[in-house]
Amino acid sequence: METEIIESNMDLLRFTTAGSVDDGKSTLIGRLLYDSKSIFEDQWDAVETSSQKRGDENVNLALLTDGLKAEREQGITIDVAYRYFATPRRKFIIADTPGHIQYTRNMVTGASSANLAILLVDARHGVVEQTCRHAFIATLLQIQHIVVCVNKMDLVDWDESVYRKVEADFRKFASRLDLTDVRFIPISALLGDNVVDRSENMPWYGGAPLLETLETVYIGNAHNHVDSRFPVQWVIRPQSSEHHDFRGYAGRVASGVFKPGDEVTVLPSGFTSRIKAIHTMDGELAEAFAPQSVSMLLYDEIDISRGDMIVKPNNKPEVGQDIEAMVCWFSDTETLRPGSRYLLKHTTKEVKAIVREARYKVNVNTLHKVEGDPEFKLNEIGRICLRVSAPLFYDSYKNNRATGSFILIDPNTNVTVGAGMII
Amino acid sequence: MDYRLSHIKQLESEAIFIMREVAAQFENPVLLFSGGKDSIVMLHLALKAFHPAKLPFPLMHVDTGHNFPETIQFRDELVGKLGERLIVKLVQDSIDQGRATEEKGANASRNRLQIVTLLDAIEEFNFDACLGGARRDEEKARAKERFFSHRDEFGQWDPKNQRPELWNLFNGRKHFGENFRIFPLSNWTELDVWQYILWEKIELPPIYFSHKREVFDRQGVLLAKSEFVTPLESESVEERVVRFRTVGDMTNTGAVESPADSVEDIVVEVAAARVTERGARADDKRTETAMEDRKKEGYF
Repeated sequence: METEIIESNMDLLRFTTAGSVDDGKSTLIGRLLYDSKSIFEDQWDAVETSSQKRGDENVNLALLTDGLKAEREQGITIDVAYRYFATPRRKFIIADTPGHIQYTRNMVTGASSANLAILLVDARHGVVEQTCRHAFIATLLQIQHIVVCVNKMDLVDWDESVYRKVEADFRKFASRLDLTDVRFIPISALLGDNVVDRSENMPWYGGAPLLETLETVYIGNAHNHVDSRFPVQWVIRPQSSEHHDFRGYAGRVASGVFKPGDEVTVLPSGFTSRIKAIHTMDGELAEAFAPQSVSMLLYDEIDISRGDMIVKPNNKPEVGQDIEAMVCWFSDTETLRPGSRYLLKHTTKEVKAIVREARYKVNVNTLHKVEGDPEFKLNEIGRICLRVSAPLFYDSYKNNRATGSFILIDPNTNVTVGAGMII
Repeated sequence: MDYRLSHIKQLESEAIFIMREVAAQFENPVLLFSGGKDSIVMLHLALKAFHPAKLPFPLMHVDTGHNFPETIQFRDELVGKLGERLIVKLVQDSIDQGRATEEKGANASRNRLQIVTLLDAIEEFNFDACLGGARRDEEKARAKERFFSHRDEFGQWDPKNQRPELWNLFNGRKHFGENFRIFPLSNWTELDVWQYILWEKIELPPIYFSHKREVFDRQGVLLAKSEFVTPLESESVEERVVRFRTVGDMTNTGAVESPADSVEDIVVEVAAARVTERGARADDKRTETAMEDRKKEGYF
C-alpha cells in the first residue's frame, strides 16, 4: 500500500450519477464515500451536527454532497458537484448531477467528461421515463459503460423477481440505443448492500458490488489513439537571446500519437512540415499522445496560431463550414431557432455560427423524432444544421469526443447556452 | 502500445491546459501566490506550461501581514531565483486607508479583510483573470466551483447561476468590468498535491515538515505562539513536535502533531489521515457556510 501511494501510478476513472428525485443518489454517493473510508472525521461530525439540527432521524448522507446553503435549506441538489475518492486501485472523480429543473443541462455536463454512468432506478417504481431519458443522454454523450443500480431493494424484501423485471425492461428499451456495456446491480444505498460490501440479503446476486465494478471496469480505450489531432492553443516564443529561435506550438494532444520526424500538415493553411521535437520542461519526448500537454517544434517556419490544427497528411479531419449536429439546449430564457446567431467554441477555435435549420427534436422519454417544431427550449435535444464563419477541423463525435464537440455562447449575455455533438 | 497516463500526469496535463487557455483567452491575468504548497505547485505548473519562456502573467500575493515568516522568506527567495515578477499588496494598507476594519477580540483574523485588498488590486491593475490554487475537495462550497468561475463587477460569485462547463471547452467571455477566477487544481485532492510534490521534487517552506514549536490549544485548533496571537490565561503554551498541513495566517492556521519530516512521510501520513486539511483552519469553522459566504463576497 505504501509503495503504491509513493509511486502514485494509479488509473483515473471519471463517472457520473443520474436518477430521478428521491432515487437516493446523494445517499448512494454518501455511502460510497463513507464505506470506502473517504469521509473525514470532521466532515462526518459536521454532517452529524447538521442532521440533528434539521431533525433527521439518521445521519443524512445527502448532506455530504449538498454543499450550498440553498441546497441544504431546501433538501435538494441544485448544481453539479464534484467529489473525489481513491482506493488502492484507482482514483475516482464523481460528477453528481441533480435531476431538477435543469436536469438535461446538468446530466449532459457531468456526462461530457465521464467514462461511466451510474443510472439509479427505484426498485419500487421500476424503469420510468427518466431512466430512459438518462440512458439516451448517456448514449448521446458516448459514455462507454453504464451501470444500472436497482436501489431500495430493502423496500421490496430483496426480491429477485423485482430486480429481474427492471433488467428485462431496461434491456428492451436499450435495444434501441447504441449501448456497448450495460451492467445491473441490486443495491440498498441506505443500508449499504452491494455498494462496497457484498449483500448478505441477496445471495441470488452473483455479480460484483458497485465499488469493485468501478475499480475494475476497463478504461484503456477512453481516448482515440488513431486519428492524430493537435489543436494549437498558444505559441511559445521566448524573448531571450538564449532561446532566440525557439518557436513552440503549445497544446494538448486531442487524439492520436505524434513522434519526432513525423510528417505533419497544418490546417487551415495546408502547409506540410516535419516534427523536429516534442518539448516539455522535463525534456524532449519520444512521442506524445492524448491527453498530454506538450509543445511541438517543426523543421519549417510556417505561420501557425491559436485555433490552427496540426494533423497527419494521410489522416485529416473533415474541414467545413456547414455542420450537422445534435444539440442540447440549456437556456431557460432564450430559445434556439433557425436564424439565431451564436459564438461557437470548438477545440481552441472560436467562430460565429448561425442556425440554418432545425431538423427535428427528440422526445427523450420515447426516443421519437418530433418534426415541424423548430424552436428549442430548455432541456430539449435535437438535430440542427449550422453555418459557421470560418472552416472547422472536425470529426464525428462518435469517433472523437475532443474534435466532435462544441459549445454555443450567447453573444449578448456571454452565457453558455448549448452543447453540440457533430454527426 | 499502451498509451496510458497515471492520474497524476492526467491532472498535470489538465492544469497546464487550463493555464494556457487563460493566457490565450484573457488580456491581463495574474497568478495568486501566497508561498503555500498549492500556490507553489501552481507556479511549478505555470513554468511547465510556458517553458522555456517567462510566464505571460505576474504573480500577486495579498499579504495579510500575519504570515509565517518562513513562508514569506521562501516566497521571496523562490521568486528571486526564477526572476518572475511578484506584486505584493498589503492588507495593512487597506486598513490604513480606512477601506478595511480590523476584527477585534482574541480570535480576530485578517482572512476576510483580504477580500477588500484583492478586489482593490484587481481594479488597480485591471486584472481580468486571477489564477488560484483552490481545490474542490477542500470544502463543500468549493465542490461546486467551476474551472472558469465568473465574477460580476462587484467580484461576487453566484453559485446558483453558474455557466455549465463541458468537455475541455472553457468559456471565458465577459462584459467590461467583470472578471474570472480560474482554478486549474480543481480536480486535485490534498493527496494528489503531495504525490505531485514528491514526484516532481518540489521544494517547500520548512513549516510543512516536522519541527519543534511553541503552541497552545484553542477550541481544538493548535495555534502557534506568535506576535499576532496572544494566548488567553486559560491557554497554556507548550513545546510540541508539529507540522502544518495547510498554511494561512498565524492567527488561524492550526498545527498537527506529526513526526513527518520528509515528503515521503507526509504522503503516507496524508493517505492515512482521518481529518481534512481545512479541519485545522479556524476560518472555516466560524459557521456552516463560512466559505460560501466569503466566496460570494469575492474571496478566492
